[in-house]
Amino acid sequence: MHFFTELGRYLMLIKGMFSKPENGRMYWKEFMHQCSEIGLGSMGIVVIISFFMGAVSALQTAYQLTSPVIPKSTIAQIVRDTVILEFAPTLVCIVLAGVVGSKIASELGNMRVSEQIDALEIMGINTKTYLVLPKILAALLTIPALVIISMGLGIMGGRVAGTMSGILPANLFDNGLLENFVPYNVVFAMSKAYTFAFLISSIPAYYGYYVQGGSLEIGRSSTKAVVVSCVAILFADYILAALLLND
Amino acid sequence: MIEVKHIKKTFGDKTIIDDVSVKMDSGKCNLIIGSSGSGKTVFMKCLVGLFVPDAGEILYHGQDFIQMNGPEKKEIRKQIGMLFQGSALFDSLTVEKNVMFPLNMFTTDSYRQKLKRVNEVLDRVNLEGANKKFPAELSGGMKKRVGIARAIVLNPQYLFCDEPNSGLDPLTSLVIDRLIKEITLEYKITTVVNTHDMNSVMEIGDHIIYMHQGLKEWEGTNKEIIFSKNDKLNEFIFASEFLKDAKDMRMLEMSGKIDNDRNMDDIMNNDAPFDVSQ
Repeated sequence: MHFFTELGRYLMLIKGMFSKPENGRMYWKEFMHQCSEIGLGSMGIVVIISFFMGAVSALQTAYQLTSPVIPKSTIAQIVRDTVILEFAPTLVCIVLAGVVGSKIASELGNMRVSEQIDALEIMGINTKTYLVLPKILAALLTIPALVIISMGLGIMGGRVAGTMSGILPANLFDNGLLENFVPYNVVFAMSKAYTFAFLISSIPAYYGYYVQGGSLEIGRSSTKAVVVSCVAILFADYILAALLLND
Repeated sequence: MIEVKHIKKTFGDKTIIDDVSVKMDSGKCNLIIGSSGSGKTVFMKCLVGLFVPDAGEILYHGQDFIQMNGPEKKEIRKQIGMLFQGSALFDSLTVEKNVMFPLNMFTTDSYRQKLKRVNEVLDRVNLEGANKKFPAELSGGMKKRVGIARAIVLNPQYLFCDEPNSGLDPLTSLVIDRLIKEITLEYKITTVVNTHDMNSVMEIGDHIIYMHQGLKEWEGTNKEIIFSKNDKLNEFIFASEFLKDAKDMRMLEMSGKIDNDRNMDDIMNNDAPFDVSQ
């Protein structure tokens, strides 16, 4: 029962976001600010994770492919497909759920507890539209972009690790990348990126917006937001794979 | 003018506001007083629309706020300024940007015009030169004054202040009280102050509503409150021994037993109605 109450309130929050902005310029400013906070703010961690994720993936694939029958270029194919299909969209989004999710939940929670949201409401501003919508739109714009960057960096990480460790030369890796490439995999990865971006921004926004109490509750709601976002990402990952990868 | 008719608010099975009716005039400081848990904050939140009452009417210049649709409510809210207990300033914005925020959102004025208006209101609350400071760099009293500046920047018709003196020393409280009073008279606005500070009551209470357990127990002015016969109100206001003594003193003055023009030392040393040594 509690789950359905929470779900209903979450859906009401989403519905409440769609109203005419009081001042388009202010909303645009807030949107750009959130793009910078969510997109640029998470760039560093995405670059580091993606590069090492690809590098480790190349080394571990090479370690397992011991058969002389399988060509070395297969390593590049496996790195490419795992990075595009799973690592870049899912792993990066799980990390972003922690980085971006906790930030959104604590920012809104702090605004709620210190009555800043009430102050905006009394001014006649729709706080759901002004505070939540720009965050979700910014996440929908920047997170898929981060996922694309992550794909590139992951593959580059695999190439660098393969070359540096002497497992396979760069030209062989590049040839392997071009073999059996399925463009649909990128479409699938981007579908996941958009879905996860929505979950990463809207779930923490919900927990932050409706927080009650003081600083302790802000911390709790932040943690809960991250946990629920991660579970939702994994659940959505399974659903999308079942729906979109079934021949 | 704000007119409240028979409003009721419950949370679950607990009644917080029970059939409260009151009229609040323009150009006056209307104080809602009462001990903690008496329902005064919920009452104020109902007035500004943060809570929706279960029954009753809240009339802003004759228009029922509860029955209004979204756009109509927004119009009324543009005429409302509110000072929050914790000031509710936007932490990431400077004082100037905080005060300019409503102007940015609701006007199409040029930056220069907005800055001029911001400087005017900051001067009005004696905060000239604090434009570039962040809320974290301000004292409690300064934050309240920034809160007042932000509340009046759009020339509101209604000013709501939720416990404006909480956490302030008596002297700063007096400054804030006087500022609220002056602004009320200057802009001819309807001011509603939620407080349990008796100094504020005596200083600015043109119209006082005493609430007890969700009910309106008493209504009057700061001149009448001290002589009220309402037991619950007396218990609230004379919780301080000093005020009880002050009342005795006033009674003696009025009955002619103490000459107002007499030297205070004489009164204290000879026939003070309270034990001076204490």
